[in-house]
Amino acid sequence: MAIDKNARYLESHEYAKPEGELMVIGISDHAQAELGDVVFIEFPAVGKELDKGVVFGTIESVKAASDLYMPISGKVVEVNEEVKNDPSLVNKDCYGSGWLIKVAPSKLSEFESLLDAESYGASIGEV
Amino acid sequence: MSFVPHTDLERAEMLKAIGIASIEDLFSDIPEHLRIEDLALPESISEIEAIDELETLASRNVKTKDMDWFLGAGAYYSYIPAVVPALAGRGEFLTAYTPYQPEVSQGTLQAIFEYQSMTAKLLGMSVVNASHYDGATALAEAVLMAWKARENRNRIFLPKDLHPEYSQVISTYCTSFDIEFIRYEGDPGQVAIDEDTAAIVVAYPGFSGQFYPVSKASDKAHEKGALCIVQADPLMCAIFKSPGEQGADIVTAEGQCLGNPLNFGGPYLGMMGTTDALIRRMPGRIVGQTKDKFGKRGFVLTLSTREQHIRREKAVSNICSNQGLSMLQTCIYLATLGKNGLQKVARLSYDKAHYAAQLIDSISGYHVVPKLFFREFLVETPDAAAKIVEALNKKGIVPGLALSRYYPERKNELLICVTEMNTKAQIEKLAVALKEAAK
Repeated sequence: MAIDKNARYLESHEYAKPEGELMVIGISDHAQAELGDVVFIEFPAVGKELDKGVVFGTIESVKAASDLYMPISGKVVEVNEEVKNDPSLVNKDCYGSGWLIKVAPSKLSEFESLLDAESYGASIGEV
Repeated sequence: MSFVPHTDLERAEMLKAIGIASIEDLFSDIPEHLRIEDLALPESISEIEAIDELETLASRNVKTKDMDWFLGAGAYYSYIPAVVPALAGRGEFLTAYTPYQPEVSQGTLQAIFEYQSMTAKLLGMSVVNASHYDGATALAEAVLMAWKARENRNRIFLPKDLHPEYSQVISTYCTSFDIEFIRYEGDPGQVAIDEDTAAIVVAYPGFSGQFYPVSKASDKAHEKGALCIVQADPLMCAIFKSPGEQGADIVTAEGQCLGNPLNFGGPYLGMMGTTDALIRRMPGRIVGQTKDKFGKRGFVLTLSTREQHIRREKAVSNICSNQGLSMLQTCIYLATLGKNGLQKVARLSYDKAHYAAQLIDSISGYHVVPKLFFREFLVETPDAAAKIVEALNKKGIVPGLALSRYYPERKNELLICVTEMNTKAQIEKLAVALKEAAK
């Protein structure tokens, strides 16, 4: 499973990755593989302020529907419209074109407390 | 499947296997004071005696056929073609349980799919689910659905002219939710929908029979980001513009009049349809058409991820089933009548109701209230409506519902319904009897 080294992770498989002033949020390769074909994503409204750990949306695959948790507190500045129209992008390129939302972080220090690539890899049994 | 109960020997074996002495021991966790000491059941009787007793009780019922029937108020006396119960009563359909397994449930799934497709067309919606318990619960579910879909908005507008039992069901369903209900009177197009409004409910028609175009209300709702829910008479949609064509986001209806008999206490049929945009918010189940691995047409439950058996407490609703048999009756009814047949039934009801209203309105002391109605209309009466009903019952006429049943202060109001089952002679007899009752 691919683990993006520039991103940091929650144990629930969401990642946050710095992009300039913003944080890009998505789900890990491991998570998309476990979910199977993604068919729908429910996004938060742009402009919404969300704390770390709260549900920001749901992701639905042919097998299951799961909640998505904020890896970092902040304000939603963009949702991925392309993924809205084609959720399979999450399966194809979860760290690239399959990102979910972009957030203006309000507590940047939270990023450091997330799992780095190595610890996340260990948490899903990959070395 | 055999329904023969276990023998004493089998019971003894089972008790031994789980290591207890008697069936009573299974209930040892229930505190003594909560147990019923004596059920006071009568001695058992023979089947012959039981049938006789039931028939004696049943014979006290008044049959629609034996009376001149003008009672509606949410439950309608309509003709049910013989093919409907004949097909719906087939063992393959009657014994079919919730179709979790497509490989053994294709017939049931196909029937649901066809019901959904036909009713979606009738109501003018993209999708209709596999059904709810009845019209009132469908409407209550729609209210919750709209409220959840419009986060941070707690206001729901309800018409005053809504079936009182529907209002009760909504209020029971919504007890634990922070919803502010505002009742409005008259034209839904005039309601002050604002940014706090999650939805407006439009009755199409209202309890009094009066209805208004939906478009203005739905436009206004959408302008403010709110949703428009329409509670419709499904038969009316056969000849009047459907709610979907008028911008409704959610439509609910009582489907009893489409092929289901009048039963005290049900089962009735709750219909619900919505738009593509809200499909994942819709409670209940949906059957979809697909292809099997050989490329042949097949049917499966779809969008199950919204449902309780997968999403548990996060499901959109705790509705996890549907009203299978009633839905099946409606499916066969609609397929039997076809579009033209259904329009004919609706047209007959409309014409007869308007003929009746015209006759009754011309009787001194009587006044037909609604300006625009389909097959049911409220009438102001010169005397207490309950008294008139009683007097006409003695003449073999059930003239309708005295509104005092729900609203004690509304003594002189009678709700009259005319369907395709009423003959011209019956309507004229009703008018004569009403005139005599006024003297």
